[in-house]
Amino acid sequence: MNTLLLALLVMVALALLLGAVLGYASIRFKVDADPLVDKIDDILPQTQCGQCGHPGCRPYAQALASGEEDINKCPPGGEDGIHKLAELLGVDFKPFDAGAAQPKPKAVALIDEATCIGCTLCIQACPVDAILGSAKQMHTIIASECTGCELCLAPCPVDCIRMIPQGTDLTNWKWRYPTIPIKAVKP
Amino acid sequence: MSRLYDFHGGIHPPQHKDAATAWPIQPLPLPPQLYIALAQSVGNAARPTVSVGQQVLKGQQLAQLDGRLSAAVHAPTSGTITAIGPHPFAHPSGLPVETITLQPDGLDSWQPRSPLAWQDASPAQLRSHLQDMGVVGLGGAVFPTHLKLAASPLATLVVNGAECEPFISCDDMLMRERAAGIVDGIRIAAHALQAGQVLIGIEDNKPQAIAAMQAACAGTPYRVVTIPTKYPSGGAKQLIRILTGIEVPHGTRATDLGVQCLNVGTLYAMARAVLHGEPLLSRIVTVTGAVAHAANYEVAIGTPLAWLLQQAGIADTQAEVIMGGPMMGITLPDLHAGLPKAGNCLIAKSAALFPPRPPEQACIRCGDCASVCPAQLQPMDLFWFAKSRNFGKAQERHLFDCIECGACSYVCPSQIPLVDYYRFAKSEIWAAERDKKNASLARQRHAFRQFRIERDKSEKAARLAARAAEQAAKLATQAANPAAASAAPAASGMDDAKKAAIAAALARAAAQKEAKPLSEQHTSGLDDAKQAAIQAAMARAAARKAAADAAKAADAANPDSPPAATPAQTGMDDAKRAAVEAAMARATARKAAAQAQKDASE
Repeated sequence: MNTLLLALLVMVALALLLGAVLGYASIRFKVDADPLVDKIDDILPQTQCGQCGHPGCRPYAQALASGEEDINKCPPGGEDGIHKLAELLGVDFKPFDAGAAQPKPKAVALIDEATCIGCTLCIQACPVDAILGSAKQMHTIIASECTGCELCLAPCPVDCIRMIPQGTDLTNWKWRYPTIPIKAVKP
Repeated sequence: MSRLYDFHGGIHPPQHKDAATAWPIQPLPLPPQLYIALAQSVGNAARPTVSVGQQVLKGQQLAQLDGRLSAAVHAPTSGTITAIGPHPFAHPSGLPVETITLQPDGLDSWQPRSPLAWQDASPAQLRSHLQDMGVVGLGGAVFPTHLKLAASPLATLVVNGAECEPFISCDDMLMRERAAGIVDGIRIAAHALQAGQVLIGIEDNKPQAIAAMQAACAGTPYRVVTIPTKYPSGGAKQLIRILTGIEVPHGTRATDLGVQCLNVGTLYAMARAVLHGEPLLSRIVTVTGAVAHAANYEVAIGTPLAWLLQQAGIADTQAEVIMGGPMMGITLPDLHAGLPKAGNCLIAKSAALFPPRPPEQACIRCGDCASVCPAQLQPMDLFWFAKSRNFGKAQERHLFDCIECGACSYVCPSQIPLVDYYRFAKSEIWAAERDKKNASLARQRHAFRQFRIERDKSEKAARLAARAAEQAAKLATQAANPAAASAAPAASGMDDAKKAAIAAALARAAAQKEAKPLSEQHTSGLDDAKQAAIQAAMARAAARKAAADAAKAADAANPDSPPAATPAQTGMDDAKRAAVEAAMARATARKAAAQAQKDASE
């Protein structure tokens, strides 16, 4: 009887001890944010364009992490982005919906400075503060900061913003994938 | 004689150097045009300091540095600037780059030259002099030389005269004919770097160059070391290994280990710049292959490559031309480009010298590539990962330690162009890193913007609350004053600070109460149908307004109607106003139409 009691006591003491350790650890080593959201946010292109239907890349990352959203909603990330998301989240690759926005080459906004009336509407729309100007002064785009999200196009009352596709120059030229040249064979 | 070391791998391709070394260095007449690209070195392109139509003298600066990693560009002869703009460039992409076109006047008149008293100059003075003189590494990498002289004191200065790649002989001829100038350069570099010892490595297939260098080095502590001929012993890390036994580990620079490597051509250019005040205006170029007069030519920077090949008597003007050697060089897409500072060799291809490469076959994992790789990589694994676009794995296998020497492609029995795959993988990784950097910048800016908006909002709320508190306090004092006047000493128990605090709290509460119904109003009520109806109505109104605006704009644009209607607005002229109004009308109409369409579809 004594042995039984002792064993019971030992088990209870152990349970209490381990429970205390676990309880302490859950407070001491608490992870505040979901690390998965950060990982997803790392993959997203940060254009903050809202084409996914969320107000920015991080909200979309949060929706993805909680499994509420599909992985094929980010056109600026391209198919590469979908592949990476599929790999990270352990789901199957899913192409862009046929009717939805498709990826397009990177472009940078340009303000036609002769037409700009200085209304500041585009400045308020820009998610990355890449437009410089103030009321009744001409505005201009800081090209190196522009993500090409096109959010400034809609609010412009005089339609003076255009998207200029970024060409290739020596700084962003890439070697092509090696291919075997095809030659015409004489019949 | 000190001990020589060996590096891993390496190959012994046929040399093909004799054709060009049969002649001394050949001078050339001035070409009809010079195309001097502004991106001559690693780093930022230089910024032009001259304008079209300007007369320039030989040696005059055409473009200045843009940042630390950059080098100046100078006029190789006197003449007139006829254009500044995009022009083909000696680059595998064939993309045009900003180029200054110079029409020589044939006088070749120098601007005043200012040599540097290098023995009294501080290292910083010497470095800025070299930067202004546009001296860059002439071994092929065109790294600005002033940056390589920053690592003093140094145990060993390695002088690279190995010139291991087939066909190229420009360093060989330079050492044969201008050894004294090279030794002057070594003296300056050794002084600037406070080098403990100087080792000059030359491959044993250049006996004349070795003899000339030994004669020039007589009486100096500099040692000429003959090394066995093996490709790629002229690679900086490989030559350092051969001469000193030091292996530069992954992720480390040679200067961290007390060794620096400079090419003989660079040292010669350095001596000209310091002792004679001559910027880097010309270089020795080996022109060989399918040409009538294969030789080493002294060529002005910017000389059109097609013209240079004609001077050397190119047999087939349609032939492909390689710039650099057959192992590491690039096939030039456009021969209208001017000679860049990096251009050490031009090889006109012929079917006899360069039989077409048989088609690529499957990798049989024979391991020949691994046995010749001087960087001790596993080229077949890198190939596998590059081919399958598994760049992360390729990077884990140290893809970026690959020096693209081409030894693996040379020995591959399946004729796989391995280096092309590595170049492809490297540029894809660089592009991904660039995107990542841009993304993190965008993320930061977006986060800051959100923080700023929040901060502005809370600041505004605080301001409003403070104003309300002030008002309340004023009212309170007004109310309290008559009480105080009627001499009630009990009221003085509550001091002013406390009163103000209470008033502020009241004001805050009031502000909160006011804010609440507003936000509730926003979120509650209004079912979807009603909202849609309101939107449709708004769209209709906008369209109506747009039509009215358009009519007004048309009126304004009509020159017959008197402009007296708006005499107050004098700032903007009528034409512009009309244009802006018309544009606004267009935009509004477009938006209204889009909205109406959307509503209709809903």
